[in-house]
Amino acid sequence: MADVNRGNRPLSPFMIGPYYRPQITSISSIMVRITGIASLGTAFLIVCWLLAAATSDAAFGVVNGFLTSWFGDLLMLLASWAIWYHMLGRLRHVIWDFGYCLDIKTSEAMGWGMFIAATMLALLTAIVL
Amino acid sequence: MNFMTDRKRAEGLGSGSEGTQHHWKMMVTSMCLVILVPLFVFTWGNILGGTREEVMAAFSRPFPVLVTALGLLVGLYHINMEVDEAVEDYVHGMARKLTLVAVKALTYTLMAIAVFALLKLAL
Repeated sequence: MADVNRGNRPLSPFMIGPYYRPQITSISSIMVRITGIASLGTAFLIVCWLLAAATSDAAFGVVNGFLTSWFGDLLMLLASWAIWYHMLGRLRHVIWDFGYCLDIKTSEAMGWGMFIAATMLALLTAIVL
Repeated sequence: MNFMTDRKRAEGLGSGSEGTQHHWKMMVTSMCLVILVPLFVFTWGNILGGTREEVMAAFSRPFPVLVTALGLLVGLYHINMEVDEAVEDYVHGMARKLTLVAVKALTYTLMAIAVFALLKLAL
């Protein structure tokens, strides 16, 4: 049976820093987590906007004014990049988990592809909307 | 003789002590979001920027309401699991438990507000 002796076993060290050379596979994976957590902030802003729209002209004026200001536009551009990137990153996980594209060359290409495709999709979003 | 089955050995493992359930739910929501994210971004993004009257008119139609509801609810469900993963990796002990509860409470609150606001706008 596994894990009978849990005593004096080594712990895996935190490797990011001087011991670990950044690679596109790891960087693109870390970015999936960061964009996922950042999207909680985006969802919070969107829900605030919806509640304001459902409440009153004054409330809507404040929240909508913020989201459509130059700072709000910048925030929404970054938020759309994060959402597109996260969607692509999670799609990559689904592809991997079904057993496809697991070789290093394809994985590295998908990592670069996520950055490029997310940037193009965010720019497309900004142009269309 | 060993009566322990492979399943019994695997159950409850993983950093969240849920075996593969969390992983599978992650895959399911990820696949759903490949459809929902483009629908949500272009539908809601198109409504953002209008006056309050235009926004209310847009949400009086079923399609924008359903896409916004699905995008936010499935999105929040997915983001919640995403945050849980990070918490389980980096926060430990009592702080982990309280953080997981706080994240869940925030997620449910945002879901409830989204549903209430959409109902009020739509009906």
